Amino acid sequence: MRRVVVTGLGMVTPLACGVEETWARLIAGQSGVGPITRFDASRVATTYAAELRLGDGTDGTFNPDDWMEPKERRKVDDFILYGMAAATQAVKDSGWEPKTDAERERTGVMIGSGIGGLSAIADTAVLMQEKGPRRVSPFFIPSALINLVSGQVSIRFGFKGPNHAVVTACSTGAHAIGDAARLIQWGDADVMVAGGAESPISEIGIAGFNACKALSTKRGNDPQSASRPWDADRDGFVMGEGAGVVILEEYEHAKARGAKIYAEVLGYGMSGDAYHITAPSEDGEGGYRSMAAALKRAGLSPADVDYINAHGTSTMADTIELGAVERLLGDAAETATMSSTKSSIGHLLGAAGAVEAIFCILALRDQVAPPTLNLDTPPEGARLDLAPKVARKREIGVALSNSFGFGGTNASLVMGRGEI
Amino acid sequence: MSDIADRVKKIVVEHLGVEEDKVTENASFIDDLGADSLDTVELVMAFEEEFGIEIPDDAAETIQTFGDAVKFIQEAA
Repeated sequence: MRRVVVTGLGMVTPLACGVEETWARLIAGQSGVGPITRFDASRVATTYAAELRLGDGTDGTFNPDDWMEPKERRKVDDFILYGMAAATQAVKDSGWEPKTDAERERTGVMIGSGIGGLSAIADTAVLMQEKGPRRVSPFFIPSALINLVSGQVSIRFGFKGPNHAVVTACSTGAHAIGDAARLIQWGDADVMVAGGAESPISEIGIAGFNACKALSTKRGNDPQSASRPWDADRDGFVMGEGAGVVILEEYEHAKARGAKIYAEVLGYGMSGDAYHITAPSEDGEGGYRSMAAALKRAGLSPADVDYINAHGTSTMADTIELGAVERLLGDAAETATMSSTKSSIGHLLGAAGAVEAIFCILALRDQVAPPTLNLDTPPEGARLDLAPKVARKREIGVALSNSFGFGGTNASLVMGRGEI
Repeated sequence: MSDIADRVKKIVVEHLGVEEDKVTENASFIDDLGADSLDTVELVMAFEEEFGIEIPDDAAETIQTFGDAVKFIQEAA
């Protein structure tokens, strides 16, 4: 089977616009959570979220003008803007510029989203109610369709290979990277731009997840303490927004052009819970099978795993995942480190798996596990090191990233060190 | 220039992201100002909104240039 490596990274997160800008803040233990400013949150139960830091583009702020012209931005919902920003960073970082039609046809895009253009749909429904169907914009549909991130990226860069988009709720980003890696393994493409993008912070988005009883509501007086995976006082996840995109490349292709190789995608596993629309199965057996499948595909044993980036959303499900990981690792749970970076950036839904895969790649590069913020009271008897509050310097040869989504859809990625 | 022409020009500049001096009498939205077929639909909707008129689809198809738009609106408004 052809080997797949990662040769470019891009991200827009509540900590910063940019991979290194985000990573430095993550390792320093900063939080991207704050009061909601995107809309008037006085009617919803949750008044805080992890919003992008908008600004002029300096000091890690996100300046939309840097990534799409105002004229083009009117035709896209924010998730597409975020995805374009992350993809543009990743492509530039990889140095991949196909020169021939043949090269362009061997370069594809697979960037998904959990929900897509929720705001565009909500706003257009209100507009239609008020002014009638003749006022619906011709750009409404292409601004809201999930696969239009992949479409826009392909148009900007001329990538004519497979053009696809994953939609598996909070597993989207991980599934996109795993599926795109498979396209390269099978020879459908040599290079894939893969990841996820999400812009769910709107009144309807918050109201919807509030109704599911999924969001934290009790920490309006101290929003940065609200995302607290595994902690005894956790009360739900904190919604985030942004995008993560990687450039996946066939190993020999990357070597031949002298690309820098961040990491190798060693394994990818999937499973379904077949249990409940929003809750994971109580014993975490779905997540367990997803992780086991990824390790089997990688030809590794559970004891080989040094770092796990948990799904860990700061909900009741955290301890179910913890139990599944500890069962899988057995005695090796005593020596591995697991953390949840959602403690810092919130839950980016369809972008989460891609952003967290990038954090695993940087953990492999820098030999450091990012911290789990706000973990004051870990679960009793936890055998894994959960890296409470402070980043953990340690040897990391193999990293595993978990993503679990509504509908009982699970994805796990196993990654190994690259050559930088 | 008439008030209507000014208002039409403002909409065209805003929606197509073009320089004001490019929006001349005979400038074609598609050939000269970089619009695609979706942009022209949106432009017509913006004219309807701005001037409180209705532009039927068959009439919209005849509005190809800035001058066409001004003329149609002057007659309809």
